[in-house]
Amino acid sequence: MTTLPMEYGLLLAGILFVIGLVSLLIRRNIIFMLISVEIMLNAAGLAFIVAGARWAQADGQVMFIFIVTMAAAEVSVGLALILQLYHNLKTLDSDAANLMYG
Amino acid sequence: MELTFFIAAAIAILATIMVVTQYNLIHALLYLVVSFLAISVVFFTLGAPFMAALEIIIYAGAIVVLIIFVIMMLNLTTEDIQHEKEWLQPRIWIGPAVLSFILLVELVYIFTIDTPANYRSTPVEAKAVGMSLFGPYVLGVQLSGMLLMAGIVGAYHLGRQKKKVIHRFLERTDA
Amino acid sequence: MENLLWVIPALPFAGALLLILLGGRLPRTVVSLIGVGSVGLSAVLTLLLGFQFLSDAPAGGVYRQEVWQWFNVAGFNPSIAFHLDALSLVFIFVITFVGFLIHLYSTAYMAEDEGFTRFFAYMNLFVGSMLVLVLADNLLLLYLGWEGVGLCSYLLIGFWYKEPQNGYAARKAFIITRVGDTAMAIGLFMLFQYFGTLHIQTISSEATQAWPIGVQPALIIAFLLLGGAVGKSGQLPLQTWLPDAMAGPTPVSALIHAATMVTAGVYLIARMHVLFELAPIAQFTVAVIGAVTLLLAGFSALTQSDLKRVLAYSTISQIGYMFLALGVGAWSAGIFHFMIHAFFKALLFLAAGAIIISLHHEQNMFKMGGLKEKMPAVFWTFLIGAASLAALPLVTAGFYSKDQILWLALAGERGNIWLYLAGLVGAFITAIYTFRMVFITFFGEAKTHLEHPPGKLIVLPLVVLAVLSTVAGFIELPHNFGHVVLFSSFLSPVLPNLPVNESMVPSEWMFQAIAAAFSLAGVFVAYLVYLKRPALHESIRNSGVAMALHRFWYSGWGFDRLYDKLFVQPFVYMATLNKNDFIDSFYHLLTHIARMLNRGMAHTQSGILRWYMMGVVVGALVIITISLLP
Repeated sequence: MTTLPMEYGLLLAGILFVIGLVSLLIRRNIIFMLISVEIMLNAAGLAFIVAGARWAQADGQVMFIFIVTMAAAEVSVGLALILQLYHNLKTLDSDAANLMYG
Repeated sequence: MELTFFIAAAIAILATIMVVTQYNLIHALLYLVVSFLAISVVFFTLGAPFMAALEIIIYAGAIVVLIIFVIMMLNLTTEDIQHEKEWLQPRIWIGPAVLSFILLVELVYIFTIDTPANYRSTPVEAKAVGMSLFGPYVLGVQLSGMLLMAGIVGAYHLGRQKKKVIHRFLERTDA
Repeated sequence: MENLLWVIPALPFAGALLLILLGGRLPRTVVSLIGVGSVGLSAVLTLLLGFQFLSDAPAGGVYRQEVWQWFNVAGFNPSIAFHLDALSLVFIFVITFVGFLIHLYSTAYMAEDEGFTRFFAYMNLFVGSMLVLVLADNLLLLYLGWEGVGLCSYLLIGFWYKEPQNGYAARKAFIITRVGDTAMAIGLFMLFQYFGTLHIQTISSEATQAWPIGVQPALIIAFLLLGGAVGKSGQLPLQTWLPDAMAGPTPVSALIHAATMVTAGVYLIARMHVLFELAPIAQFTVAVIGAVTLLLAGFSALTQSDLKRVLAYSTISQIGYMFLALGVGAWSAGIFHFMIHAFFKALLFLAAGAIIISLHHEQNMFKMGGLKEKMPAVFWTFLIGAASLAALPLVTAGFYSKDQILWLALAGERGNIWLYLAGLVGAFITAIYTFRMVFITFFGEAKTHLEHPPGKLIVLPLVVLAVLSTVAGFIELPHNFGHVVLFSSFLSPVLPNLPVNESMVPSEWMFQAIAAAFSLAGVFVAYLVYLKRPALHESIRNSGVAMALHRFWYSGWGFDRLYDKLFVQPFVYMATLNKNDFIDSFYHLLTHIARMLNRGMAHTQSGILRWYMMGVVVGALVIITISLLP
């Protein structure tokens, strides 16, 4: 069908992943951090799809489904935690939740 | 098809950059939806239409909507957007950005270290995926089910509004 | 009947256990009933067993009873087994009988004391340990009893532990006897190495076959055992603890530091006499130690002002006589003197205790005086004990036992004129210091007010012991004077009789007369100096030489100062050098480093999520970079 070098797909996945990573590192708002994690997970899923297409195997897509499942579970639990944090500290600042520092 | 891939990829990258640079959460989420849609187009071009559908349904649909719900519950104001601006100073993001850029360079280097022969990205049908899921990966499916169950129970438990159940470590000591 | 042998040591142990566990809740009458009753029952059993032993002697002259096997490791299987022969019968008789009398006395003596229960628990424990010591069938069990009595001695010397110097005296006794005990333990190790067992009878029979006389291992082992005996019995050079041990209550001094425990060394040497016979040099050393100790302690006793310290030095001196007897091979004479000494020394201590408690714990003789009329019962019993100690001829038991030692020290086959002379001078000095004590304490004018006269429970043991100190001598009379040998023939299956130099036998009466004359002369000198002409006493005292000698003897020949200079101060010096313990400092360094690391790591635990993420990213970067490097 199409002749597409695998590098391009992987490159896209890598760029998306790094953007998500930068966002995770620089943001203090905890919801933004959760969104960044979603971007990174999505990028990882993309890499699996690319690899699956490269070898014409279903395994890549199976992995993507697992990643989606995990992302869904993670978001639900993560949002519940965010709600708790907001109720207790009245802020979304992740640095405020440092009461257990050494 | 190739052109479609490149256009979709460009949109995905741009939209994602917009996500991480926005101060307003709702705007960021809208860009995130765009990003997910673009990536689902990429899935199409790679011959995985079922996954493209899943991407739209679960990511763009369920997860983003869930986050929006939560944002609505939090009563955010313009003050919070102001906070975001204060928090995103260049001196804060320059270091992580440089580190991540180095990581990206290394990843690119790894991807291109050996240039393979041209290959055809073969479409894999949803049926094959289904066969694989309930064949060799059936255990993984069951584990995913348990994970989702745990997620539901955990979210319910954590999300409950209990009266005065602040953990003693989280309690403000200045009270 | 002989099956009940194990009950004799078990009863005091049971009493001690009962008092330790329940003593705090029992009324004093019950406590004294348990404390005295357990020892009393043991004494009754001992008497019954003794009668049976005498009337119907068992085969080989030995009752042996194995209670259970202690342990069994690589062929070493000591058992908790009791061995009753003539020697141990004499000892258990003295221990239980004198012990019973002293316990009885203690119920009155200690009646006001807040540690009443504790006292009887320790005393019972002591009696039990001492019985184990003398009944033990193997040396390991003997050592258990040996250390047990050492422990009780420590506990009882420091009984009034609120006074710091009592605790100091207890520690001193414990540490100095430990020196001897260490030597003894090494001796036991060597015995086990050579014979593969610590069973006393096996060792005795095998040693005579395996070793010729004077063989080196026998010599070394005999010297090591002698070290233990010297430490326990307060002989030169480990005698310094005994005078200080008088810090304990007086019944303790009577029972432990006069009548029984301190004679454990005598028992050990008598029990292992086979080894000492195989090592003539060691045996001669025993005699020399005894002779020198009896003189040194006698001179020290002359100068003491504390009533109990005089008795303590006289104990050292009398045990010196026993060592002298053992050293010249007069085994049964030594044991005979042990028995007699136990009677009269317990009597003297108990009488001294009666005086001390009546005078509100006043121990200085020079503050007493004139007590003859005020407490006649104590006076007469004390006088009988003193006469026995001074070996006044014919009527006292002490005369017969001491005369036997002196005679055998001269005429025995290992006899020696110098040993004899030392004993003779010792007898003279003994008479002087004994009657010095009597004259100062009971005669002259009264200097203190008498608080209350001693009660019946105090007088009764004194009377019994006074009778024993007199009549017990008649079971062993010299052959030219009645010739009664009940005691030595009783002991002869265990301890061999000493052959006597036949050429000297005809002149034996002469030496007896000399010994009697020396004793009487000593009494006369004491009478002259301390009673008749106090001025003479003053003039002697004030001359320069006498004052220096007095100071020297008063401090026990300066042994304490010598040991302090030789051992204590260098040790303290070394300890101060190593105050910070340089081995510990290495480990302190380790903990310090660990704590520094911990502090450093704790800083990374900032609680800020983004820093943790940075850590993850940097880690991933480093790993990827390393894997990409060629």
